[in-house]
Amino acid sequence: MSHAMLSFTRLRAQFVKEVLSVLRDPRSRMLVFVPPILQLLVFAFAATLEVRNVDVAVYNQDTGRWSHELLQRLDGARFISHVRHVDSPRRLHELIDRGEVIAALAIPVDFSRAVATGGGHAQVLVDGRRSNAGQITVAYLSTIAAGIGAGLVPDAQAPAPVVVRHWFNPNLVYRWFIVPGLTGILALFSALLITSLSIARERELGTFDQLLVSPTSTPEIIISKSLPALAIGTLLGLFMIGAGVFLFNIPFTGSFGLLLASLVLFILSVVGIGLMISAVSATQQQAILGAFAIGVPAVLMSGFATPVENMPVALQWMAQAIPLTHFLVVVEGTFLKAMPAADILANLWPLAVIALVTLTLATALVRSRLQ
Amino acid sequence: MSARSANDAARRRGKDAIAVAIEHVGKRFGKIEALRGLDATIRYGRLTGLVGPDGAGKTTLMRIMTGLLTPDAGRVTLAGFDVVEDNDAIHVASGYMPQRFGLYEDLSVMENMRLYARLRGMDADHHAELFDELLDFTRLGPFTTRLAGKLSGGMKQKLGLACALMARPEVLLLDEPGVGVDPVSRQDLWRMVQALIDEGMAVVWSTAYLDEAERCQSVLLLNQGRLLFDGPPHELTAQLEGRSFRLENVGAARRAVLTEALGLPSVSDGVIQGAGVRVVLRADAETEQVQALADRTQVQLAAVPARFEDAFIDLLGGGPGGASALAERLPPVELGTDVAVSCRHLTKRFGDFTATDSVSFEVRKGEIFGLLGPNGAGKSTTFKMLCGLLKPSAGEAHVVGHDLRRATGAAKGQLGYMAQKFSLYGLLSVRQNLEFSAGVYGLEGSFRRERIGEMIDTFDLGQWLSATPDALPLGHRQRLALACSLMHRPPVLFLDEPTSGVDPITRREFWTHINGLARKGVTIMVTTHFMDEAEYCDRVAMLSRARLIALDTPDALKRMAVAPERPDPTMEDAFIHLVESADPELEVAA
Repeated sequence: MSHAMLSFTRLRAQFVKEVLSVLRDPRSRMLVFVPPILQLLVFAFAATLEVRNVDVAVYNQDTGRWSHELLQRLDGARFISHVRHVDSPRRLHELIDRGEVIAALAIPVDFSRAVATGGGHAQVLVDGRRSNAGQITVAYLSTIAAGIGAGLVPDAQAPAPVVVRHWFNPNLVYRWFIVPGLTGILALFSALLITSLSIARERELGTFDQLLVSPTSTPEIIISKSLPALAIGTLLGLFMIGAGVFLFNIPFTGSFGLLLASLVLFILSVVGIGLMISAVSATQQQAILGAFAIGVPAVLMSGFATPVENMPVALQWMAQAIPLTHFLVVVEGTFLKAMPAADILANLWPLAVIALVTLTLATALVRSRLQ
Repeated sequence: MSARSANDAARRRGKDAIAVAIEHVGKRFGKIEALRGLDATIRYGRLTGLVGPDGAGKTTLMRIMTGLLTPDAGRVTLAGFDVVEDNDAIHVASGYMPQRFGLYEDLSVMENMRLYARLRGMDADHHAELFDELLDFTRLGPFTTRLAGKLSGGMKQKLGLACALMARPEVLLLDEPGVGVDPVSRQDLWRMVQALIDEGMAVVWSTAYLDEAERCQSVLLLNQGRLLFDGPPHELTAQLEGRSFRLENVGAARRAVLTEALGLPSVSDGVIQGAGVRVVLRADAETEQVQALADRTQVQLAAVPARFEDAFIDLLGGGPGGASALAERLPPVELGTDVAVSCRHLTKRFGDFTATDSVSFEVRKGEIFGLLGPNGAGKSTTFKMLCGLLKPSAGEAHVVGHDLRRATGAAKGQLGYMAQKFSLYGLLSVRQNLEFSAGVYGLEGSFRRERIGEMIDTFDLGQWLSATPDALPLGHRQRLALACSLMHRPPVLFLDEPTSGVDPITRREFWTHINGLARKGVTIMVTTHFMDEAEYCDRVAMLSRARLIALDTPDALKRMAVAPERPDPTMEDAFIHLVESADPELEVAA
């Protein structure tokens, strides 16, 4: 019998036990696989910031060709359900006031002539009460107007047309933003839950004591608990990346190899956090609460919801310690931007450092529990 | 105390009037039949024991009596009310103390009592007198501000009892009040219950300890949902009179003698009692064979009074045989040293609380060594330090010569450990559990396959290999746990309350294996709550308040407790005597 720090026989026995514990338990199978996939579908289809099915009012004073063309294109635009034609500016305001339309266009008498000579502006009114959807609608309308060489001016403002062009996602397809980010978040929660429950479950069963009286060493326990969670988390991440590419047709422009490497490091650092939570939890209930107490702020600070650059400097520093922050940069970059290898590596090494630190701390915490 | 209402009830109905009538009650949970066609009566002014091993249906019957469960068949009336139809009245007429105290651990003793008073619709502020009475009765007066979670097991039970007595019930139902309570506190509970019975209350005390059954005036003996016996315990025990004998002072050979005795056709059951061997003969069997055995070993054979446990085992058709297939296969243990486990000035402090205070002893090779003590005495802390689960604050511990602090891995390779709840992986199959423990102790290749096959044969686990441990009968689950902890053939085996919640027959089978192991030179360290299990030990270390207060053979410990009113003290008497004489104030604190 060997008393070495690491023994392959002991490791393999524990690894098999861990994999079987996750796979043979119908509840943990459900917990690990079903919610992430369901959430991916729900978020991708339901939680959208895209503007659809809106009504737009038009007060057209021009009888020329270009105003006709503009109206045709509005009619054909997929995000507009109805184009309401009105015959007075007063009526235009009324429709906005009552919330019946989200935006209104006033086409001046000289619109066609101005467009023909290379200018041309239509005035746009937006329902400011629905500021977010309104802004997006204006952006869509601007694109349509630009298509015929015209511009839009806000109501009662100086004609200073600002042209916004969205790089990498020219049509602002919302799913293109959300799916790559979700890949990271859902893989994070799966890996966090599997690992945070693992030691706590054994502690509740009493099998952890059994493990501790055996000659197995703490690093062996940590390794054998990390590997299955790492495998499951990585597979889940890959599955969701695949769904992004093949189901949602999101352009995948970067290097798959580098993405895989960062996915593995990302899950590994999350596994370290999960095992730290598990090492200090006496029960599975505490472990789950701990996982959410860490997981939710991590997601909020990671830059998924709000840009990291907008946060106070202290929080920006903290955000750097969150694995998801780095992984989001990589996954979004790989999907849409064809991010160069150097930029990816700049986010890879922090992941490696976080993984090293969290796994070491987890080992120390399990060991200190013996005191 | 609750004299008023209980006396009213007794006067109204007369002592010995029927308090609870159980008629053809049946209850099933899915496939499991928890109760099958039960008929029984419980009377006022008596302590009725609801006795049986775990899973016998005791708690199910309790919960039906309190109206918390509806029977599938039959009916139950309590104090004249039907438990299903007059459910509200049941809650007034009965007091129920569930197994897990039912206390709010983050509230103080007083807050718990006020809460229960309010839940009963009583105005807590106007019942100062009742509270004083209850606090006085339970001797909890000095601890009113202590959080319930910080109380000892015994004090929790007393507080639970005070809360259950709040509404002055006519029928008091106590679900396993003796579990997790050391003999000293248990004594106190008996005293309180006796006072209530004298006032005319009907008290039901459910228990898996058969020695508790003997103290009840009437007993309902349950096994697998069936009623085996209904009546005063001595009636059942009387049927066994003249069949119980003890081979006195057998000494070192007692394990061999027990094995031999259990092999005799005329013997139905046998246990070790200190240096002696206690046997029960089969019905109508002659003493010849046992007498011959006594003559051969040159010891005296004495008739002893029958115990309730003898009768219980007899009702179930006798105990298991005495040969351990496990021990037969095991090669004798060879150790370089004669001392298997030792500790010197072993101390553990948690903050400013000392759990173990300078404990020293040596355990010889092949010895069965017991650690006993009241709750919180430090026995499990000491035990955990000896098997490497806790690091001592001071002092040292050695297992087979290896220092547990320096050569942790080497020491751990020498010890096997079986925890209280058997600690098996419920999600893995029986075979996978065996494979896991073989692997985690570094067994490899054909050697490992051989060893696993051997364990499967020895413990007869062949037909259960693909089942999960939870699906196994209790006895088999215990065998599996033992198989897992013995996979690497450790010379030292640690058993942490190995048989709590196990029926007496499974317990005997377990001890057959342990005796066999000890005869092969395996050193056994055991903690236990069962006093009759302490009798199996060669020596017993008694801990109280973190200190070692006595260390001797069970017989010597019992002799210390001999008094004029107690000529032949039991292990429990010895325990109470030692703990109380070590610390006269302990009774109040417990």
